[in-house]
Amino acid sequence: MTADVAPASAPVEERRQPIIEARGLIKTFGRVVGLDGTDFELYPGEVLAVIGDNGAGKSTLIKCLSGAMVADAGEILVEGRETVFRRPQDARAAGIETVYQSLAVAPALDIASNMFLGREIRRSGPLGSVFRMLDHGRMRSMARKQLQDLGIGTLQSITQAVETLSGGQRQAVAVARAAAFGSKVIILDEPTAALGVRETGQVLKLIRDLRDRGLPVILISHNMPNVFEVADRIHIQRLGRRVAVVTPTSHTPSDAVAIMTGAMDAATGPAAA
Amino acid sequence: MSDVQATTFDPAERLLQRMTPVQRVHAILHRYPALSPAVVLVLAAVVLGSLNNRFFLPSNLSLVAQQVAVVGGLAVGQTLIILTAGIDLSVGAIMVFTSIVMAGSAANFGVPGPLALVIGLLVGTLAGGLNGLLVTRLRLPPFIVTLGTLNIFMALTLLVSNGASIQGKDIPDILQWTGLPIALGPFRLTTGVLLMLAMYVIATYVLRNTAFGRHIYAVGDDREAARLAGIAVNRILLSAYLAAGFIFAVTAWILIGRVGAASPNAATDANLDSITAVVIGGTSLFGGRGLIVGSLLGALIVGVFRNGLALAGVDVLYQTLVVGVLVIVAVATDQWIRRVRA
Repeated sequence: MTADVAPASAPVEERRQPIIEARGLIKTFGRVVGLDGTDFELYPGEVLAVIGDNGAGKSTLIKCLSGAMVADAGEILVEGRETVFRRPQDARAAGIETVYQSLAVAPALDIASNMFLGREIRRSGPLGSVFRMLDHGRMRSMARKQLQDLGIGTLQSITQAVETLSGGQRQAVAVARAAAFGSKVIILDEPTAALGVRETGQVLKLIRDLRDRGLPVILISHNMPNVFEVADRIHIQRLGRRVAVVTPTSHTPSDAVAIMTGAMDAATGPAAA
Repeated sequence: MSDVQATTFDPAERLLQRMTPVQRVHAILHRYPALSPAVVLVLAAVVLGSLNNRFFLPSNLSLVAQQVAVVGGLAVGQTLIILTAGIDLSVGAIMVFTSIVMAGSAANFGVPGPLALVIGLLVGTLAGGLNGLLVTRLRLPPFIVTLGTLNIFMALTLLVSNGASIQGKDIPDILQWTGLPIALGPFRLTTGVLLMLAMYVIATYVLRNTAFGRHIYAVGDDREAARLAGIAVNRILLSAYLAAGFIFAVTAWILIGRVGAASPNAATDANLDSITAVVIGGTSLFGGRGLIVGSLLGALIVGVFRNGLALAGVDVLYQTLVVGVLVIVAVATDQWIRRVRA
């Protein structure tokens, strides 16, 4: 709520333990190379943007990190421990929540049902254990609190169908769901692609709020102004590899685009060790 | 937070939020999918009751309830499947096949009544499970799968029964228990009617208050979203078909009690009648939307129309015509309701 824009706390201590780390990820699709030995680090308390041209492998990278795809080679470490994600549920169990570009919400279900979809809370006592009865009241109040904590107070009712919401509100519901269950990392795939200016502003504010609450965020985006507005570090992906990691203070958006497209030599950027 | 709320009071936004009366009706129907069938049922009863004063007699209303027991029972299972964005054309065939298995195993093989009942319930459940396996494992469209199993179970019914009915005197009492009359005040119902109503109560509870029920809606609403939310889509689908099969088997029991025999040629219209009831009851054929109680209302609407028009001396052909019009109106209404403005 108190979202005074925190100064980008540039994570200079590179020796800190990354929350997620990937080493030499390779993923091929037939003869097409999606990832060509990509490295990746996400540190605690930062917003890391992943940018890259179409086909640079940012979606593939994110799918490997969220368990939607399994890399052919390379390793993924969560808090220093090697981990294998075979299904999205594995990543989720490790505390990594993903907000897909499609949002993955059921339009006809209400907000509370969507937030707890697949993770419903049952009543305590025999009503829950024998009759499997859901605790609708508790889920609704938790959903309401979660949305309020994220500063989304304008929804009329927690029981309204998600399809009656605007694009930004739907995005907010999806982000709130991820924030409610993501204990370690939240991945946002193109969260502002379908939104107008005002709604984009709301989502960017949500991202900063998440970081201020201590949840690191991975943001995949095409939108340079958005990236430079919220990111602490920017991972630039090109031709299946990480070519540079820059910060909004060290480089300009046009530098980033130049590195992304290969017009500028990545070596001029402070590539992360 | 302030920037978020301030914009809510834009004059333009307020204009957008103002609703015309039509939009208000739309919003209400969107929120309460069982409302339109309830209104239709009440209107139909009022109009048909005014045409013939025998309509509201308890004995006549009891007759309507008994007449809709079978289709109403099938509609419970059909609703489960339609909510998953599927459709089941084989419901009547599974029911008749199960009724022949139940009655035949007792009459021809001397299986004790309670065991015959259990065998029947098992066979019906497995028949539903066969549909479910074909839909989930072979990834075939439910329409095609159940069109195939419709013919398979019709043929099996005739093979098993040799085309002959099993008379009531050969069927153990427990299988005819569903035909027992029960007097509720001036109304004369049967245990079969109460059994059907019990299935509605249980199905309503499961769909509203259990995770399985919510997942059925989610799978029918947006399968990919359900998968990404961590729902085992195929397991939910298979469970829905198994549960539906069990419901069809219970309805087979109701059918034996209602007819007082088991006939391979019984309830030939039941396949489509159950879909009619579900659709008129406001459940969307595209899945994910609707209420189980709507299907009971839908079955009652069809029953009330047929009964009331017959009492008014209208030819049976016109009754069928009215039901056809109702189906089209119901689906058109659903199309309109599903169109939402964000």
